[in-house]
Amino acid sequence: MSILSYNGGDVIAMKGKNCVAIACDRRFGIQAQTVATDFDKIFKMGERLYVGLPGLATDTQTVSQRLKYRLNLYTLRENREIKPKTFMSVVSNLLYERRFGPYFVEPVIAGLDPITAEPFVCSLDLIGCPMITDDFVVSGTASEQMYGMCETLWTPDLSPDDLFETISQALLNAVDRDAVSGWGAKVFVIEKDKVTVRTLKTRMD
Amino acid sequence: NLSLGQKGFKAPTAYKTGTTIAGIIFKDGVILGADTRATEDTIVADKNCAKIHYIAPNIYCCGAGTAADTEMTTQMVSSNLELHRLNTDRNVRVATANQMLKQHLYRYQGYISAALVLGGVDIAGPHLYSIYPHGSTDKLPYVTMGSGSLAAMAIFEDGWKPNIDLEEGKALVKTAIRGGIFNDLGSGSNVDLCIITKDKVDYIRPYEESNEKGKRQGSYKYKRGTTSVLTKDVIRFDELDIEVVSEEAMETS
Repeated sequence: MSILSYNGGDVIAMKGKNCVAIACDRRFGIQAQTVATDFDKIFKMGERLYVGLPGLATDTQTVSQRLKYRLNLYTLRENREIKPKTFMSVVSNLLYERRFGPYFVEPVIAGLDPITAEPFVCSLDLIGCPMITDDFVVSGTASEQMYGMCETLWTPDLSPDDLFETISQALLNAVDRDAVSGWGAKVFVIEKDKVTVRTLKTRMD
Repeated sequence: NLSLGQKGFKAPTAYKTGTTIAGIIFKDGVILGADTRATEDTIVADKNCAKIHYIAPNIYCCGAGTAADTEMTTQMVSSNLELHRLNTDRNVRVATANQMLKQHLYRYQGYISAALVLGGVDIAGPHLYSIYPHGSTDKLPYVTMGSGSLAAMAIFEDGWKPNIDLEEGKALVKTAIRGGIFNDLGSGSNVDLCIITKDKVDYIRPYEESNEKGKRQGSYKYKRGTTSVLTKDVIRFDELDIEVVSEEAMETS
């Protein structure tokens, strides 16, 4: 049993037309024992910038705090909002500093550029190797299932509403095939003028 | 970590690039080639990743091994060489880049798993190095690295000749990378090429799309309202309320 799947959990992000969506499950467990069902793995890093940190729960929280700290210093020094791609470098550097004793998280970043509103999704591995895609990224214990769902469901240029259905169903059907994920889900759809946060009704087993 | 491993905890997997990378020296410079698959154990994590990294205006470097290591090592050396270039006001030499990379890798005793093919053209002509994770290097006219290196080297051993011209060279490297893509499971997708000559760099990405995705026949789109929603919150903000500030110089203190 890998340390990455000790607590269970997933994050997924997708691109749509002039929008992006990021979603996570809400389970926090210790191996097979579910402890809490309100454990969010997605954190707000800017007006239109979110990061998901599935993996070891203690590192989820540590990394989210360290990222917020570095981000605050960046915004104070530069006096502007960070670009998603720049934020990716911040995450990458934070993780690679711990090359030989890593944080056990595999982050996913989704957001819109603060100036051009260009959609952006990317994921990193636990030592900070970035991977930018123009369709979707998945991470967590049900990543194989989510890859399968995304490859069939995702199409280019989805509208915000269609993107919500696509990402929700991709996540939901994937976590139902994973014992250590599920127990609720949260979906963020990020658009130019608003962010819509929805919690989903899911199987609770 | 070792004791954890013995107790049956599997070490977490990082993105690796089960890779085919190759390079040759041709008549007027260097050609580097790479496939574009990134894997995480047996999962294909990225179907179109860039494995030819920028080092300096006249030097590029292909990376195989743990993706984060190749990425970060080349980034660091690239940054140090840029400072060196500005300090000395000269174009950096490939030998310098090679020395910096091997010293860095040797210091970490092979724990930074980066296998590199370094190529470039400097004042002394074209140079091509292969660098192993432990820090040893070779300087050869044609090299391959990564899990598909055997397949690619077979092509080179067959087709390589000295003073090859540009078109023949491109075709040879392409065939070598294709050898890796189709015969090595760790390599796949497209062929990237980077041609470095005395006064020009031509980074062609993709040079060839070796594997095209099939067209989808039907639609699996879910109807709106399929997902049952418990709560819905909308955070609104004024459409892009960012004011345009005049460019400020970067703080360098």
